[in-house]
Amino acid sequence: MNSGISKRRKVEIAVLNALVFVSAGLMFLLLLGIIGYILVRGIPHITLPLLTSKPSLINDTIGILPNILNTLYIIIVTLIIALPIGVGAAVYLNEYARNKRIVRIIELATETLSGIPSIIYGLVGMLIFVQFCSLGTSLIAGALTLVIVTLPTIIKTTQESLKTVPNGYREGALGLGAGKWYMIRTTVLPSAIDGIVTGCILSIGRIVGESAALLFTAGMANEILGIWESVMPGKAGSTLTVALYMYAKERGEFDIAFSIASILLILTLFINFAAKLAAKKLRRKGN
Amino acid sequence: MKNPKNTSDALEKAMNAVFALCGFLAVAFVLMITAFLVISGVPAIGEIGITDFLFGRVWASTAAEPQYGILSFILTSVYGTAGAIVIGVPIGLMCAVYLAKMSDGKNAGIVRTAVDLLSGIPSVVYGLLGMIIIVPLVREAFNLPDGANLFSAIIVLAVMILPSVISVSETAIKAVPKEYEEASLALGATKTETVFRVVVPAAKSGILTAVVLGIGRAIGEAMAVMMVAGNVANMPRLFRSVRFLTTAVASEMSYSSGLQRQALFSIALVLFMFILIINLILNLVVKRGEKNE
Repeated sequence: MNSGISKRRKVEIAVLNALVFVSAGLMFLLLLGIIGYILVRGIPHITLPLLTSKPSLINDTIGILPNILNTLYIIIVTLIIALPIGVGAAVYLNEYARNKRIVRIIELATETLSGIPSIIYGLVGMLIFVQFCSLGTSLIAGALTLVIVTLPTIIKTTQESLKTVPNGYREGALGLGAGKWYMIRTTVLPSAIDGIVTGCILSIGRIVGESAALLFTAGMANEILGIWESVMPGKAGSTLTVALYMYAKERGEFDIAFSIASILLILTLFINFAAKLAAKKLRRKGN
Repeated sequence: MKNPKNTSDALEKAMNAVFALCGFLAVAFVLMITAFLVISGVPAIGEIGITDFLFGRVWASTAAEPQYGILSFILTSVYGTAGAIVIGVPIGLMCAVYLAKMSDGKNAGIVRTAVDLLSGIPSVVYGLLGMIIIVPLVREAFNLPDGANLFSAIIVLAVMILPSVISVSETAIKAVPKEYEEASLALGATKTETVFRVVVPAAKSGILTAVVLGIGRAIGEAMAVMMVAGNVANMPRLFRSVRFLTTAVASEMSYSSGLQRQALFSIALVLFMFILIINLILNLVVKRGEKNE
């Protein structure tokens, strides 16, 4: 068939093909290697005392319960604040804004926010929330910083979902005499719930993985805080990622670091799976 | 008497205002970040002098006669990013070609899942793996006293930018019209030749977007780099311990004060400028790509 193909061409094709398949295989092996290595080194050191206690200098033991709780608190507080703002902004962009230029400016701002590196968020969060608002190094300052970090994601996924809500729904509601707000509250938002959920899941992923933005805002403390304490000014606490960094870089406790990495990895797998599920639902509705 | 029409009108207006406020909050955040960075970053630049600051080769913030030159950080960030791009983009592009054109459904699903999962792994975890695997490996392979250097950082950064390079390139390659491919195949080119000679060149603006995005990722990464680059303020050499713009901010922030602290804000401002320029280029590339279509 391809008898007209010269030897040079054949070699070139074979080399390119090989490169393509090697690169794809590399991705697979990379993931497998990373997951395998972390779990093998981390899982054996995950013990009940590690998960249910705080570090103790007297007993010379390490526990990561405070870090687990802090991660949880930051997720909750960040989402409680970021979700209404993000969904509100998306509703404004999709349902209210008539001026194309205003929409463009807000979208440009959102894109800019999503391109800013974590370390700059951490620094600005420290300047604004820790110092200017005098919240001190605290979980609440960290959460407020992460509100800005997660906002672009929530706006984007909600907006995409709002775009898939058929216009007939809106016209139907308005035609029956509903006001615009009533229409949005009872018809548009419920139909866009899957996009909002996707935004939440992706934001949780970002918060769980965030470290540079929290180092100077939420701090490095390892005390167990109550749920109300967690939103008080001056109550610092490190999340799992920050704890991993401290144990690995500052203290050389690699077994603990790998245990935390295993937990983070399992969380990441779980979050990724949940996001895929939500996205699949979203696509089904879109068609 | 209360007029129901008026109250509902008032509610509508109020809700309109609430939603508009949410929308403009994103703009307000960008302005706030810019303002805070400029206000805290400019004074130190003024005091040190802009040329001494940007082009000074020595950073000795805790010396008796402190010097605040950040040329080594700027060059390290530029070299480190360039290195990550040189290694990461070819592999990423090949992988994107595989996903978009050369795979059967099942294997593509596995590779795509792998890429998705890699993008979700926290940067401290990459840093930890770099510390434990890459750094000793580099030390052994090149017979160095310490493996925490620019080279190790480049390897870790290359891995970290792969997922975004792959997913953006894949989308770009998939967007190339089928007719291009059919025409090339009809002229007697093989599948592989068609993909590399016709489809990939046609997707070049999308691939360029992927590269710019990768640059943004690499230059902004702090924690992973902090854990593998050695963190000494040297002029960059491949096998030397170095400090990036991001790690320069992070490593001294907790104990800094006075002019030293202000200089750290100035470094952040420089980094922010880099990011804004990258964003600008990204917008131009995307816009030009849209115009060509």
